[in-house]
Amino acid sequence: MWIKGGTIFDPAGGTVQAGDIHIADGVISGVYPGGNNGKDGEIVDAQGLWVLPGLIDMHVHFRDPGYEYKEDIVSGSLAAAAGGVTTVVCMPNTDPVNDNPSVTRYIVEKARAKAAVRVLPAGALTKDLNGIELAEMGLMKAAGIVAVTDDGKTVENASMMRRAMEYAATFGLPVITHCQDKGLSAGGVMNESALSSRLGLAGIPSASEDIIISRDVLIAGYTGLPVHITHVSTRTGIDIIRQAKRDGIRVTCDVTPHHLLLTEDRVRGYDTKAKMYPPLRKEEDRRALIEGLTDGTVDCIATDHAPHAKDEKDLDFDLAPFGIIGLQTLLPAIMQVHRECGIDFMELLKRATVNPARILGIEGGVLTAGARADIVLFDPEVKWKFTEESILSKSKNSPFLGKEFKGRVVHTIVCGNSVYRI
Amino acid sequence: MNWPHKDIIAVQDLTSAEIGLILDMASSFKEISRRDIKKVPTLRGKTVVLLFYEASTRTRLSFEIAAKRLSADTTALSASGSSFSKGETIMDAAYNVMAMSPDCIIIRYPYAGVPKKMAELLPCSVINAGDGYHEHPTQALLDMYSMKERFGRLEGLKVAIVGDIMHSRVARSNVYGLIKMGAQVVLVAPKTLLPPGVETWGADVMTEFDPVIPEVDAIMMLRVQKERLHERFYPDSREYSIFYGLNKRRVDMMKEGAVIMHPGPMNRGVEITYDAADSARSIILDQVENGVAIRMTLLYLSMGGSANVD
Repeated sequence: MWIKGGTIFDPAGGTVQAGDIHIADGVISGVYPGGNNGKDGEIVDAQGLWVLPGLIDMHVHFRDPGYEYKEDIVSGSLAAAAGGVTTVVCMPNTDPVNDNPSVTRYIVEKARAKAAVRVLPAGALTKDLNGIELAEMGLMKAAGIVAVTDDGKTVENASMMRRAMEYAATFGLPVITHCQDKGLSAGGVMNESALSSRLGLAGIPSASEDIIISRDVLIAGYTGLPVHITHVSTRTGIDIIRQAKRDGIRVTCDVTPHHLLLTEDRVRGYDTKAKMYPPLRKEEDRRALIEGLTDGTVDCIATDHAPHAKDEKDLDFDLAPFGIIGLQTLLPAIMQVHRECGIDFMELLKRATVNPARILGIEGGVLTAGARADIVLFDPEVKWKFTEESILSKSKNSPFLGKEFKGRVVHTIVCGNSVYRI
Repeated sequence: MNWPHKDIIAVQDLTSAEIGLILDMASSFKEISRRDIKKVPTLRGKTVVLLFYEASTRTRLSFEIAAKRLSADTTALSASGSSFSKGETIMDAAYNVMAMSPDCIIIRYPYAGVPKKMAELLPCSVINAGDGYHEHPTQALLDMYSMKERFGRLEGLKVAIVGDIMHSRVARSNVYGLIKMGAQVVLVAPKTLLPPGVETWGADVMTEFDPVIPEVDAIMMLRVQKERLHERFYPDSREYSIFYGLNKRRVDMMKEGAVIMHPGPMNRGVEITYDAADSARSIILDQVENGVAIRMTLLYLSMGGSANVD
């Protein structure tokens, strides 16, 4: 297969150049700046398009096994493909929880047989996400997990968190932490602020996130072990991580597209599609996340793709579950941040390719000869409206429904095979 | 003035002119309740459904009496006797009620935002009888009416609202309304019961009760929500009543003519003692009487009545 005439972005080398790419046997066999006369196999015309390495989303919920009515490995992977995401890391809060190698093997085998993209499981830190007993990290690693996390169930006990980090490091597994002090956030459904009081909704204080970010950063500093903070949403959280990095602590973090584009104002109409954890915060927090992207404090952009069925999300704001989908709006959202905030597109692209690959210790994000042929063709100029009909997930819970984006994925290739094209 | 609202959801949505109009009109409706035959044909043929998903004595009775005095047909449904206890969602319940063609739904609900959503989705009028910590507009309107009745004006009045401001929709609706009408509001509570961002409401905020007392024309005591005690917002009822309860000593500090209010139900001996609740300053039962008049006014206006009743 040839991809001809596109603008090739290689975040690994930091280069942008016009040229052709040749793919054979699932790998890139050659990159030809300025073009090549080769004609063997399928020819994909990429004139006017950007040619990117497939994106890596290190935080998704595919709900499989257990909640297949919300999403499953097949539907989730199709949504990923449509979003130009060729590798996902799926969270362990399934039913049963991915806290043992049998569940890991189920996910890995189903993904290998049926998924459109590479699906890599994250295992639980503790059994049944209970925060009390370590999960079988070593065996799960052998079965295919790439990271460990209790995600939405923050490990409450600091000693347990320390031990989990130490044990995970034994097997070279990155630890991903969702930072939420349960006491301080109890009952909350949106950001705590003057607006939450006005709407009559119980608030989630930003401090409930910052406290656990501090705790986990301090444990990382004390033990010298790495930790990855997921979906940071607060100004203070970014400040803590920035300072920790200066101090040489091995901390990395990601932010979500929705926290980069939206604020708590989106909750005004009690729209449950604006209910997620962490909640949409204030404009000053949003600006701090952008600042963190600009100065390198923020390593990754990840969606926290969290499908929920319509009947669940249609409940009262207080009762509806937290979470929104995000895979198909990831690249358009990155484009919007690039245009509105003036951050170099290549810098943003690194946050969804080489950076997560480095943190997870996996291949990806490279567009040079010998690399996996995971490639996305992106039209940076086309305007399109994100509608329910365009969603490939089983669930439609997106705050971006009806929004017009500029820039759209037109073709996604995984291991040399086309898995999505318009 | 043509009444522009299909629904009554929040005092935040009303202008001062609209509040003024409601308060003016309520007097003529109050007069009906004092007649021998307390019934007018104004809303004959209209169907009013009361959906109460949270306990209520006063509000529900008040709405029902108000609707009946205007000759509307009323049906009341409470959470325990409805499909809600079987897991039916509120919007499904609302669509089912709508299929029976009511002209007005009055809803009390434990979570914020639901009456607003119902008002947006249903063609009939929706009146909010209290939603979560959001608003209780009819209570605030009857409170304002009662103060205006006593003092002849709202502008320039100084009103203290004391107690659990954090979880009070009554306090919120009163603050929004009173400030719009030119009154001054001071909120009194321990810091644990003051909501985030309260400083943006336009009211003064005090943690000490005594200095406020001689300054104000009305003291509105909020109910201590005993069910919240386990959440540890204050140590116990004894300490609470000493620092924030209205008792004889405090009643004696009130300025001449100042009144005592309470939206009910009262916890006598906790936020208010017998001698305060039953003192000559108390207009607590006037509030209840005026509640019927205010609700008659709102039912009349929201079901297409002209604002020019005279």
